[in-house]
Amino acid sequence: MSTSNKFKSIQLDVLQELGNIGSGNATTALSNLINKTIDMKVPRVNFGPFSNITESLGDDEKIVIAVYLRVIGETPGNMYFILSQKSANQLLSDVLHININKNKEYSDFEISTLTEIGNILTGSYLSSLANLTQLKIYPSVPSLTMDMLGAVLSSGMLQCGQYGDYALLIETNFLEGNEKVEGHFIFIPDPESLDKIFHALGVPIQ
Amino acid sequence: MMESTVLRVGIAEFNVLKGDGKIKTTGLGSCIGLTLFDPMNQVGGLAHIMLPTSQIARDQSFNVAKYADTAIPALLKKMHQFGASYENIHAKMAGGSQMFQIELDSMKIGYKNIMKCKEILQQLKIPIQAEDIGGSFGRTIELDVFDGSLSIRSIKYGIKEI
Repeated sequence: MSTSNKFKSIQLDVLQELGNIGSGNATTALSNLINKTIDMKVPRVNFGPFSNITESLGDDEKIVIAVYLRVIGETPGNMYFILSQKSANQLLSDVLHININKNKEYSDFEISTLTEIGNILTGSYLSSLANLTQLKIYPSVPSLTMDMLGAVLSSGMLQCGQYGDYALLIETNFLEGNEKVEGHFIFIPDPESLDKIFHALGVPIQ
Repeated sequence: MMESTVLRVGIAEFNVLKGDGKIKTTGLGSCIGLTLFDPMNQVGGLAHIMLPTSQIARDQSFNVAKYADTAIPALLKKMHQFGASYENIHAKMAGGSQMFQIELDSMKIGYKNIMKCKEILQQLKIPIQAEDIGGSFGRTIELDVFDGSLSIRSIKYGIKEI
């Protein structure tokens, strides 16, 4: 499928539902991890040009903590777990039971803790997709960075760039009950993966 | 005093400005922000290049601004239309980072982008006056078309000018 074509509404609904199931599992894992209620928003499926596809996530220059991993297997793609620094501080405090309030660099221990949290959550997102589609879907080793949102997300659009000027991004926001931790799960399937996902779920491709 | 123009260039886009004002692009990761400047005619251009070569394009009709090998000649042509002379033009470049420490081929695209831009500039005989490339961090850049200075902002190093 060429990404320059528009998607049918049933296809978008299916992708939104995938986001729902994946993030649902991931937020449950997070809720268990910090023993707090997590509210998950309805996932959004954004399809558009690279330049403004990330607009709904905020300013390109906004500083974020991002755990990234490459999705490998039958439906390759890119997966992110993204937090503001304030939320990352709170999440670390919740998990480690100490008060963490950094405004610049994290220690190696804090970085590996955040990376592992991202790993667990995105892992549960992906394994629920694998269960649902019966496709082989694996995460790569995760990697964390703290940088500008635009710079972080453009890495995830390189594969789409080889097909066209559009990317499809499945985004879910979640909010911890007391609104202290807010984050996003973002799945950017490579264009070639979409047909496989639709096929596995019995959704008409044409 | 009147606010001068700030033209924004998105991923896989380019633009040209003459005389006064600034051209800006935000959140460069593995992408390259390549600027061309003719100081005699005060014509400046900026391309936000995403991938090294159009040979990997899967579509027949592709966006020339996206690839180093097609974006640089296209930007040069547009600068000429704005009154720039080829012999005056020099280049500056920023970006080409590796944002994440995952050793996958696709993640080394920043390095490939840098090498391809240099190769194309050399073919076109455009000298590189300054560069701020590589590393593992994001950059926002702004070209001042009045004097050709390029300001680079990153969260790691703040603002620097090249």
